[in-house]
Order: sequence, then structure tokens, then C-alpha cells
Amino acid sequence: MDTFANLALGFSVAVTPFTLFLAVVGCFLGTIIGALPGLGPANGVAILIPLAFSIGLDATQALALLTSVYYGAMYGGRISSILLNIPGDEPAVMTTLDGYPMAKSGRAGDALVLSGVASFVGSFLATIGLALMAPLLARIAYLFGPAEYFALYLLAFCTLGGLAGKNQAKSAVAALIGLGVAVIGIDPNNGTTLRYTFGNLHLNDGINFLVAIVGLFALAEVFFFIESHGKDSAVGVKLGKVTIPVRDIVKSGWTMLRASVIGFVAGVLPGAGASLGSFMSYMAEKSIARDGDTFGTGNPKGVAAPEAGNNAAAGGALVPMLTLGVPGSGTTAVLLALLMTLNITPGPLLFQDRPDVVWGLIATLFIANLVLLVMNVPMVRIFVYILAVPPWVLLPGVTLISFVGVYSLSGSYFDLLMMVAFGIGGYILRKLEIPLVPVILGILLGNHMENSLRKAMVLSDGDWTYLFASPISIILWVAAILGFIAPLFLRGRLKRPPLPESADGTVD
Amino acid sequence: MTRSDRIFGLVIILVALAMIVGATGFQEPFFASGPVGPKVFPMTIAGLMIICGLSMLARPDAEPEWPGAAALGRIAAAVVVMVAYAYMLKPLGFLLPTAITAGVIAFLIRPDALRATVAGIGLSAGLYLIFKYALGLGLVPWRWPF
Repeated sequence: MDTFANLALGFSVAVTPFTLFLAVVGCFLGTIIGALPGLGPANGVAILIPLAFSIGLDATQALALLTSVYYGAMYGGRISSILLNIPGDEPAVMTTLDGYPMAKSGRAGDALVLSGVASFVGSFLATIGLALMAPLLARIAYLFGPAEYFALYLLAFCTLGGLAGKNQAKSAVAALIGLGVAVIGIDPNNGTTLRYTFGNLHLNDGINFLVAIVGLFALAEVFFFIESHGKDSAVGVKLGKVTIPVRDIVKSGWTMLRASVIGFVAGVLPGAGASLGSFMSYMAEKSIARDGDTFGTGNPKGVAAPEAGNNAAAGGALVPMLTLGVPGSGTTAVLLALLMTLNITPGPLLFQDRPDVVWGLIATLFIANLVLLVMNVPMVRIFVYILAVPPWVLLPGVTLISFVGVYSLSGSYFDLLMMVAFGIGGYILRKLEIPLVPVILGILLGNHMENSLRKAMVLSDGDWTYLFASPISIILWVAAILGFIAPLFLRGRLKRPPLPESADGTVD
Repeated sequence: MTRSDRIFGLVIILVALAMIVGATGFQEPFFASGPVGPKVFPMTIAGLMIICGLSMLARPDAEPEWPGAAALGRIAAAVVVMVAYAYMLKPLGFLLPTAITAGVIAFLIRPDALRATVAGIGLSAGLYLIFKYALGLGLVPWRWPF
């Protein structure tokens, strides 16, 4: 099997002392980032990218560090869900439903261990799925020309807006704002036309997407905390002795497996992401379990299902990101930004030209999973202490790390001012319930989208019907239109259960 | 009252119109790079923005809960401090502007002068050590421009 040879290559790249060290550091930071309300996987990875870049890590090392952070955040999100009834990040919202009641009845330790094991099962299976599926999808991606890529980008915007937002017009506006920002600067196609630079030299190269991402995600969050006065959050539950609840783990074995499959599929679909993965896994388990009516009162299966689901979705979301360059969620959009910063273009050519990067990444994910299992089950108590960091230390810290990270990229005060401007913009957009992820995706993919449109027009000599000429394009266009319209009808029928107030508004 | 969405929709439409006007002035090179020039994509985006803006005007969502005057003042103060930080980071070096910025933001989140001072000094010194020695970033600790 090719896969095994490739994996062997991956492990030979990933298993160096320094890379392993980075993976361990990444797992640790990631779990903290996931656990702290106010720092989610997307903004956590976002503020670390400029730093990883400016300390001169190479591609494999930077990816090892930041994908470990990504997986770690998926594990960490559950900790504050269970102990504080505050989801540490958006995908962990469903874990509060049964996790907190379990903790209140004196089983906090059991809930943490069970959810840690479920997280491991979910992400381990998803990483296997990634290793098997990504090469297949990469092969299909060879058939994609500019017209197909244009349709694919369109599909990403339509489904992302469709499922995540409440109002289609607002999701579309979000994507268009991002695309509009991407246009700023010298036209990359002809290299001479200045677009919307207003004579400002700083804008000639366009707006650095890292500046925009850090501003929109991290600084906007700081403004939210300042507005709410960082209300010292709910009274936590004490964590007693941590033992391994073997019976609960065995009993929810099938739950974890089913949830992993559902989560993985939800992750692979463009625009769905981990939040939907955990939501769908929870709802599916609730409907098939014999004791489904005890869900919401501290049923262990209700803890295992969403955690396996969201971690599996995190792995699944890497499939379209690596093979097509189209991220399925906010955090993978941020990881795409990382790849683009490292001058790596995701897509089928990546699998052919840089197998070391792809398979090194996958190998790192396997390693990170084992590290995370150890950190999140026997060592979970450490993170419980870190949760006690008060917002008046955490948020200034986030602000400063954002500033130093962006400053170390370019050394320009102009980028810092842009970042603050994006922070204010992100705050206003979130207030108006306009989702931020499509904005990011627009900024990241805008130039690619325009390039593929213009290349397609060169190929067809200006014939617009070329955009819908191949079967693949037609399928993608139909899926895009359905993805945008379907939620209009489904929204009334799919009612979410009442959720606690999320401290973190960035949707994964 | 559903003003916010309407105002935002209007802003989007105005920006889109400005984008279209701006795009008509784009200088194309003498040798065109293909049948689709640099104007088409921005103009399409602007056109779609107008449609979305109109939709927000026609069907606005419920009014969000905007912060009161006090909270708005705190956010404005944070913005002022961040902008000042952006300008001061280079001329004054890392430690002093960072301590002030961290202290002010801490104070805005929890108005307690002692805690804010501790957070400011602690974060400034702690992050300097991490950035300098653990990450190896070349930060200038202080500078006096006068």
C-alpha cells in the first residue's frame, strides 16, 4: 500500500527531537487555548502564526507546531464546558449540555476522562480517514481547471455562509467584504494596475491576510471582553479525585465510533466544520439511544458523542484544505493562511511535489494525538489550574501577543494600525451577527478566485459559458446554489436545543 | 427598532457604488492580460454587495444590543491606547509602551488600579523575556528618542 510507504516517509520527517518538542509544546498551548473561554482554535492559531513565522521555523516545523495547537484546542474546549458550563470554544458548546450536569453531580473527573478518551477516538479515527481519503481526493483534484476551481471557491462561500449564518444576505455580505479587501493592491494578473490603494504605498502589496485575521479574531474578542467588563465567570465545579470510569467508556464505545464517522463527514463537507460535527453527533446519539430522554441531565454518552464528533470533524476539515486549498472551517482557513505564508500552495500538486510536508503533517497529527491523550487524561489537573487565569491578565496578554506577532512580521506601524481597524470592524460585524469566517475566507481566496476566473476566460477567449462547460463545474455550481438556498427552508425545521451563552463568538 | 441593519446596508451600498466609480478609473496596461481585465471582478463584487445591501434594507434583523455610553467609552479608550501603542512601539522600545498598554487594557476589563499595575508590569516583563529568550525575537527593550 502506498499509504504505508507515505506514512513511513511522514514519520521519518516528523520524528526528530525538535519537531517532537514542537508538537508537545503545540499540544500544551493548544489545550490551554481551547480551555480558556475567549480564546478559540481560530484566534489561538491566528495569533501564533506571525510568531511561528518570525522565529524562522521551516514548513514542517511550523505545521507541526500549529496543527498540534489546532488538535489541542479541540481537546481543550471541553474542560471549561464541563467545569464552568462555559464552552472554551464554539465546537465545545454541545459538551456543556451533559458535561456540566455530570460535573455538578460530583462526577467532574469522570466526565473529563471520558471526554478526553472520546476526543482521542474521534481525532485518531479522523486522522486515519485523512490519510486514506486525502490522496484519493487529490487525484480527483487533478481534473480541476480554472473554471472548476472558480466554481469550487463559489461553493465554499455558499455553503459556509449557508450553514453558519442566520441570514443569507449577511453571510454573503461577509464573503463580499473579504473579497473586496483581497482586491486592494496591485493587480496580480497584470502586475501594474493599482486598485483601491488611494495613493498609499503601504497598500500596494495589498493587505496582509495575517494582519486581517489577527485583528478580526483576536482584537475583536478583546473589545467584546472590555464591553462586558470581563464578568468574572460562573462559579466552577470542584474537581475531585480523577479516576478512569471504565464502565462509562465501554458503554459509550459505539457512541464514540458513530460520532466519529458523523463528525468526520461533517468536517469534510465544505463550510460545515467542527461545530456542526458535534451538533450532529449529539443529536444522532440522542435520537437512537434507549435512554435518549436522559440526555441533557448528565448522560455519559452525551459527553462522549459531541467530543468524538468535534474532534473527528477537526481532522475531516483538513481533507478539503490540503487537497483543494479550500478550508471547511474558520480554523482551517487560518491554517490555510499559515500554508500561504510559508509559500506552500495546497492542492493536488502539494501531494506530488512536497510529500514530506503532507505526510509529515499527518504523522505529526498521530503523534499529537497520543501526546494529547496523555496530557488530557492523567495530566488534566494542570489545565484546570490554568483556567483560573483571570480575564484582566489574559486579554491584555492576547492583545500584546497579537501586536508583537504582527509587528515582528513587517516592523511597520501601518500594519498595526490596520490590525486595530480590522479589530473594530470585526467587533461591529459580530454585533450585527455578520459571520467573520466568510470574511477571512474572502481575503484568503479572493486573489485565487479572480485568477481562476481570468485564466478561464483566457482559455475560452472570453466565452462565459466555459464556466459551466464541464460536468464537474456543473455539479459544483448546482451544489453551490443548493448550499446557499437550502438553509432558507431547513432553518425552520432544524431547531437547535437551547444553548448557554458562548464566550467565544468565532465559529469554527 | 431595526436601524442598525438598515444603516449597515446603506453603508454597504455606498461603499459598493464608490468601488464601481473607483474601478472605472483603473489604469489598464497597454497590452491587455486577457479578455477579462482588472475591472470586472471588483465591479461584480460591488454589484452583488448592492443586492445584499438592499436585502438588508428591506429585511433587517432585530436590533443588536449596543453597549451603553460607559462601555462605549471603555472600548474607545482601548482603541486610543492601541493606536498609541502602534506609533510608540518603535520609538520608545518594547518595555514602557507595553506595560502602559497592558495596564490600561487590564484596567478597562477590571477597574482596579493595583491589579492593573501588576498586570502591566508583569506582562511587559514576562512577555519580553519569553519573546527575547524563548523565541529569539530581536526586540529593543527601551529607547529614548529625545
